[in-house]
Amino acid sequence: MCGQAVKEKQETQDKQDIQERARTLTFEILRYNPQVKGETPKMKTYQVKEAPGMTIFIALNEIREYQDPSLQFDFVCRAGICGSCGMVINGAPGLACRTLTANYPDGVIKLLPLPGFELIGDLSVNTGKVFRAMSERVESWIHDKHADNVDLDKLEETMDPDTADEIYELERCVECGVCLAACATKRMRDDFLGAAGFMRLARYAVDPRDKRSDEEFYDIIGDDDGVFGCMTLLGCEDYCPKDLPHQTRIAYLRRKMAFAKRS
Amino acid sequence: MENLVTETGIKKSRVPAWLDLAQSGTGLVLGIFMWVHMILVASVLLGVGSFNFVAKVMELAFLSPSGRGYPIAVVFAVMGVYTLFIVHAALGMRKFPINYRQHKMIRNQMKMMNHSDTNLWYYQAVTGFVMFFAGSVHLFIMLTHPHIDPYISADRVFSSTMWPLYLVLLGCVELHAAIGLYRLCMKWGWFIGKDARKSREKLQKFKKRATVFFLTLGVLSLLVFMIIGFRHRDKVGEHYSTQRTTIEQTIITG
Repeated sequence: MCGQAVKEKQETQDKQDIQERARTLTFEILRYNPQVKGETPKMKTYQVKEAPGMTIFIALNEIREYQDPSLQFDFVCRAGICGSCGMVINGAPGLACRTLTANYPDGVIKLLPLPGFELIGDLSVNTGKVFRAMSERVESWIHDKHADNVDLDKLEETMDPDTADEIYELERCVECGVCLAACATKRMRDDFLGAAGFMRLARYAVDPRDKRSDEEFYDIIGDDDGVFGCMTLLGCEDYCPKDLPHQTRIAYLRRKMAFAKRS
Repeated sequence: MENLVTETGIKKSRVPAWLDLAQSGTGLVLGIFMWVHMILVASVLLGVGSFNFVAKVMELAFLSPSGRGYPIAVVFAVMGVYTLFIVHAALGMRKFPINYRQHKMIRNQMKMMNHSDTNLWYYQAVTGFVMFFAGSVHLFIMLTHPHIDPYISADRVFSSTMWPLYLVLLGCVELHAAIGLYRLCMKWGWFIGKDARKSREKLQKFKKRATVFFLTLGVLSLLVFMIIGFRHRDKVGEHYSTQRTTIEQTIITG
């Protein structure tokens, strides 16, 4: 019993020590609500006491909870799965929930909304609209003309495990929009499909159940708004929070499309 | 999309694919050519005679009975390079920011991220733009004065004050070529091996070293040409081969 009390006392002491030693972080956050007439974008500063293992996402919640309930930002999963909390963190597009405050030694963190998307307010942007349009543009579903005549009594064809792995690898995209915000080509040319679209198409291109020919893929991305417009700046590759293989997959699509046979 | 293709017979143009292949193809040839060109020019570091030997080989002197070579071979080579240069410039130009809005976007993006490959692309666009002019001057001179000679080159550098142009051209070419060849590997997925990310790091290192190596080679060669040109300033226009023949004749007759 006595040992237990000592242990608890020690733990409380440790917590106090950590709190005393904790840094005060300075957050500079862009505040702007386009819905309010006459409002202009401005940077607002907040101070937050750092906690061990703190992410930007946790800090933002603390600001909203205790300092400014009007602060807008998106989140759902807090674990890098929903792709909602994409924002520009000290110049680098990334996910707030996957970025530790400890990564910033000077304790100053500047947050901006992802560029290239419709701004909902403050750090919240409408990625959904862009991704919906992308999915429709690349026809993001299995295409098989004979799908209606499938014999349901027959066993489904097996898939090569390596192919399945490759598809799974590309399916890991969480549609956060970081790759599009990190792409200067996309920023310059709004009609450019962007990495997320290429990754999606690459996923269908390796799927044996999708019966689209190279020519049909060419119809979608065989121009300068598609894969030939990619200038290989590799922002997508370097900032993707899910480490998807953008460079190799876009190169694969480029080779495939450059030499696509005409039927 | 399916109906459009099968029912109306309208097919999407293959031109974008050809243009992309042509841009990469001309870039690859020009990039490698520029590296080889730099090594050949740097033969002057081994002495005027070495440069003259290389020049004579380029003029196919080993095929001519008199040993003087055929400057017309240089004309054809320059015409080939000139054509590639113009085609590559025309194709590369398509990717330039075409208005202030686009230019502002890329500059903002560079300022925001300070991302190396994005920055490198901008340097490539700027160096490419400078080469439209600087490269054209050099190619035109080579086309109209195809006879390569160490003294003529040195006079051109020093006495004709071409060295500022060559200095600008050197910087632009070496940056543009190394970045371009690295980007080609990324673009088409060459040399990616088993681990694409590690291979990229290796290629980046190679690119940096190649840039430093060729820039050093270029600056040293230009310096040597300046020195040769300075010493030869009183005999501007005199060929190395003529001078050598005169010396040989003096030795024989004397």
